[in-house]
Amino acid sequence: MKLEALPPQIEFCSVGMEYGTEKNKHVVFENLSLTISENEFVVIVGGSGCGKTTLLNLAAGFTKPSHGSVLVKGKKVNGAGRDRGVVFQQYAVFPWLTVRQNIEFPLNLECCELDVNEKKDIVEHYLITTGLKNFENSLPKALSGGMKQRVAIARAYAANPQILLMDEPFAALDAQSRGSMQEVLQKITVEENKAALFITHSVEEAIFLADRIIVMGNQPAVIKEIINTPFANKKRNTEIRLLPEFIELRRHIENQLKK
Amino acid sequence: MQNPFFNNKKIIEIFSQFLLFFNRIGIALLGFFIFFSIWYILWSSGLVHRELVPRPDQIIVQLIHNFTESGLVWDLLSSVQRVIIGLSIGMILSLPVGFALAWYPKIGLMFKPLINSFRALPPIALSPLVIVFLGIGEVARTSILIYAAFFSSLVVIYEAVSAIEEVYIRAARVLGTKESEIFRKIVVPLLIPNLFVALRISLGVCWGTLVAAELLAAERGLGAVIQNAGNYFKITDIYVGLFCIGAVALTMDAIISKAMGIVVNWQDRVER
Repeated sequence: MKLEALPPQIEFCSVGMEYGTEKNKHVVFENLSLTISENEFVVIVGGSGCGKTTLLNLAAGFTKPSHGSVLVKGKKVNGAGRDRGVVFQQYAVFPWLTVRQNIEFPLNLECCELDVNEKKDIVEHYLITTGLKNFENSLPKALSGGMKQRVAIARAYAANPQILLMDEPFAALDAQSRGSMQEVLQKITVEENKAALFITHSVEEAIFLADRIIVMGNQPAVIKEIINTPFANKKRNTEIRLLPEFIELRRHIENQLKK
Repeated sequence: MQNPFFNNKKIIEIFSQFLLFFNRIGIALLGFFIFFSIWYILWSSGLVHRELVPRPDQIIVQLIHNFTESGLVWDLLSSVQRVIIGLSIGMILSLPVGFALAWYPKIGLMFKPLINSFRALPPIALSPLVIVFLGIGEVARTSILIYAAFFSSLVVIYEAVSAIEEVYIRAARVLGTKESEIFRKIVVPLLIPNLFVALRISLGVCWGTLVAAELLAAERGLGAVIQNAGNYFKITDIYVGLFCIGAVALTMDAIISKAMGIVVNWQDRVER
């Protein structure tokens, strides 16, 4: 209840998306509306090809909608911007920079007006919260996939965005590092107290991370159900995966997706 | 039936230890050793005409003689100088052109066919025209090398810019990077490994073109050495000239790949 009272961070206003010509039209989705409130962690879960990534690309400003509009804090999205951080599935960590230099990257741009000490504090803060302090001078080629994704998350937050958009960031990781990355992400988003839009096809990941889950169906993509998880605003550890309500919810969503 | 001392396993083991004894340089030297051994065998078998193919040691003696007596070192230096000047100018010119062709699709569509047809023209075929326009001086010789270096590195630069992964550009934009910064901070670092590739390819092409460039009445230069030796039927001197080109090209290539290993240490290269 409290969450809905806050102003919306991102708003999809009856957005439609289609490819191709008039005659041979492929509709990804039509008339889709969705609101993400401030400091809310929203997860979109759905099968492949249901337009989840398109939705994220619209929010990030990589693509423009065919109909309707996407608003960030009431303003229409026009291209990518520093207010929306993105973590990509392919680790988009810059391979020629060390871990520290990667996290510093957004702070050394022309648009950033912090002084040297402030920059240093920010970098130190994210090196520690993501557990990368011991690897600060390593090059990405020496890091595992999970470590690279930590760098990407730290770099995204160093730019101080209002919302973090994540497109299946852990899809390429093995089960074990996936689990620990979910915990790292959970911890850091609670600390940051900022909104997040996370896309996944793993129902378990969705329940573990989300305050609110959007279940999407296929072709054209529709929102099947919106679920407020029972774990919202609570401290989570890996134990909650074994709770009966977790398993019940998981069964429910998986059945929804099968239909 | 099997001899316990000469079974396959034993032979493989001895052989692999023998190989381990050689390090990388040792193995590379082994390649030369095999080459010269075959040369000696062919020479002593009498299968090749001894007037036309000297023994490798005769070439070495002649090489030392030419270095000390007939100023071969000046020929070598002036050739190296020509190659370096031609290579630098050609590559510097190819950078903005290759980038423009790949980054702006309209420019690419307009000029790519034209450039590809020019690329097919061999520098040697251009030398008569070069004489007409630029005479037979140093400018003419260098311009042929510039031409060769420009077109050979252009392809590499063009392909490298086209192959830059969109995800890095997107990641940079999302962090608030301006367009001018994207070029400086994303495109340039991603291009550097390919610059080394372009440099190596162009270097090879330039050495290959050198003889053609020095056909234009050069007084000094390894190409001129080979030309003159051919005219006066000094067979061993031809081999000396060829040997020098091979040795200098090998050295320059080794320096470049060493520098590449240091500068682009961030690249994830597979050791096989």
